[in-house]
Amino acid sequence: MTNSAVSRGDFAEAGADLELVGISKRFPGFTAIDDLDLTIPAGSFFALLGPSGCGKTTTLRLIAGLEEPTAGRILIGGKDVTRTKAFQRPVNTVFQSYALFPHMTILENVAFGLKRRGVKDATRLAHEALQLVELDHVSARRPSQLSGGQQQRVALARAVVNRPALLLLDEPLGALDLKLRRQMQIELKDIQSEVGLTFLHVTHDQEEAMTMADTVAVMNKGQIEQMGAPQELYELPRTAFVATFLGQSNLFTGQVVSSNADSITVDSAGARITVPKPRAERQSGLVTVGVRPEKVSLTSTKPAEAAGVNVVGPGRISDVSFSGVSTQYEVTIAGHGPISVFEQNTSISRMHHDGDEVWLTWSVEHSFGLADEGDVEHDAPRFVDDTPTTSIATRKRAQLKAELEEG
Amino acid sequence: MAFSAFTPTEQKADASIQKRSPVALLLLLPGVIFLVLFFVTPLLSLLLTSLQEPVPGGFFGEYRQALRWENYVFVLETYGTQTLRSFGYAALASLFALLIGFPLAYFIGITLRRFPLLQALCLVLVIAPFFISFLLRTLAWKQIFAIEGPVAGFFSMIGILGPGQSITGTAFSVVFGLTYNFIPFMTLPIYATLERLDLRLVEAGGDLYASPATTFRTVTLPLAAPGVISGTLLTFIPASGDYINASRDFLGSTETAMIGTVIEANFLVLQNYPAAAALSIVLMAVILVLVGIYVKRSGTEDLL
Repeated sequence: MTNSAVSRGDFAEAGADLELVGISKRFPGFTAIDDLDLTIPAGSFFALLGPSGCGKTTTLRLIAGLEEPTAGRILIGGKDVTRTKAFQRPVNTVFQSYALFPHMTILENVAFGLKRRGVKDATRLAHEALQLVELDHVSARRPSQLSGGQQQRVALARAVVNRPALLLLDEPLGALDLKLRRQMQIELKDIQSEVGLTFLHVTHDQEEAMTMADTVAVMNKGQIEQMGAPQELYELPRTAFVATFLGQSNLFTGQVVSSNADSITVDSAGARITVPKPRAERQSGLVTVGVRPEKVSLTSTKPAEAAGVNVVGPGRISDVSFSGVSTQYEVTIAGHGPISVFEQNTSISRMHHDGDEVWLTWSVEHSFGLADEGDVEHDAPRFVDDTPTTSIATRKRAQLKAELEEG
Repeated sequence: MAFSAFTPTEQKADASIQKRSPVALLLLLPGVIFLVLFFVTPLLSLLLTSLQEPVPGGFFGEYRQALRWENYVFVLETYGTQTLRSFGYAALASLFALLIGFPLAYFIGITLRRFPLLQALCLVLVIAPFFISFLLRTLAWKQIFAIEGPVAGFFSMIGILGPGQSITGTAFSVVFGLTYNFIPFMTLPIYATLERLDLRLVEAGGDLYASPATTFRTVTLPLAAPGVISGTLLTFIPASGDYINASRDFLGSTETAMIGTVIEANFLVLQNYPAAAALSIVLMAVILVLVGIYVKRSGTEDLL
């Protein structure tokens, strides 16, 4: 380990910047990552979010040094580590499978990295790290004697104890039940602010990414679709993939029929939808626009046309699912697919029922215009989702989970 | 047994099931009867034979029951060298079999993991020698090592062997034969553990600053330990008692006689049954002690 980035006996002072420059990774038969550029500033909590098979785990493995990129460079703290082996990089990973050594005690597991680097008081530091995850009392046990959640915390302690410049988390909360996940999410966040490392978190769980990360990058088909603060991504998705993967969206496709200094108006199968210009990626031709379900209100009488409000309808409620805090309605309007609407259950009298005739209204500033090429076929004005079925399944699961949590 | 060495929790669960179920005891019955009939009975008979004394004025090979402890003193005095030699040869053969078998098992179990067809083919090749009789294979090596054979010819040419010297009948040929015959017994248990080795643990080792060599020493090898221990036991125990390789008719000579060869000669040629029985008991006792120490020192008491 003479010219490695990991020096013996000392820790990274703080998190380090991570820079990926033109990274590609091709496996025989398919491309996992295509010309990816990514910069993660030191000390940030960065989440890479995407469906399974989008290349996010490959990206993580490339950074950890477990795979070699086909092209491109990886820089950690400004140092090119592309050609170095995993054990030479100042990076630690919390593996999805935890990968705890079954033949060692918990303490030995946590002290493993320290011992390899010749840190003197490895045992004391390992105990400290175990205290941080509140598991010091099981330090003499074997991993097989711990529960999934405890193993996960040990895996975290084993990585954090090395004070790596960059900590990689590969869906570490995937195997935990809801309550434990919540606890771990908070703990992870605490540890991150306490030790000030750079965290790169890879997950398919949009909720996990949004609650924990400062910056979320949504990845699809080996490329980053959009990157930004969680709220920013949610309020103003740039592509249909982001709009539907990160939460739910109602999307409408149509020609831009009018445009003024502030906004554009789209005609989608008779529904006229106005989008503020700063929120529209494309301002002419065939575009796809959308709105989040919770931004839409239902009215049972035709509302008066007013500036600053989009009105679509009438339609019929085709499904109602009550979940305590809110009610999810599905509205079918001629020429459009089902549109979902979330209403807070603030008053009983506002409940709508299956088959009721309703109009949808939402404030113009809640609309967003997407960058995708619109659908050219006029008889299918709704945006057709072309995401792989796995992502749809994952999304459905995430939605169900979110709903479960609300209820 | 050997493979569950590192899963204490599972064993606890098993124990609790056994306690609750009388059916388990019932199912054990055929095994217990088998053990009593075919293990305990011959063992007792052997013990009794080892204490017999010759009938005074009787025929050659006629003995009667007694309590002649001197038989043990006699065999240890007479055959001490052969006994020590047996364990020395067996230990060497186990070591060589391990040195050859481990890389082989690693190659088949880990390197070839992504190629199931090649993996199966290599496994068949490891087992293939079993399709030919043990005796024939050992005889074949005698032919290969014979004075007119290719190996001896080559060794004479480069000057390792002097004129008239042979390879057969030397310690080398006996240890070679033992190693050769027991390589599959070493390879297969190690393969069984390496084949199931979670490679993500090896990746984790690399991620935690361990170089490939350190990862092998601290992760791969300890996880393969149950296989290594099973393999060495499966090699060492039968090799110590082996009477084919060291025999004059095969790869050995009188100078390379092992305890098995001596027991065979006492039973079948000298008809000194008490001596043969006493030697067998000694062999068994020494193996038990050696294996006990070995397993204890390997830190896997769960094996016993």
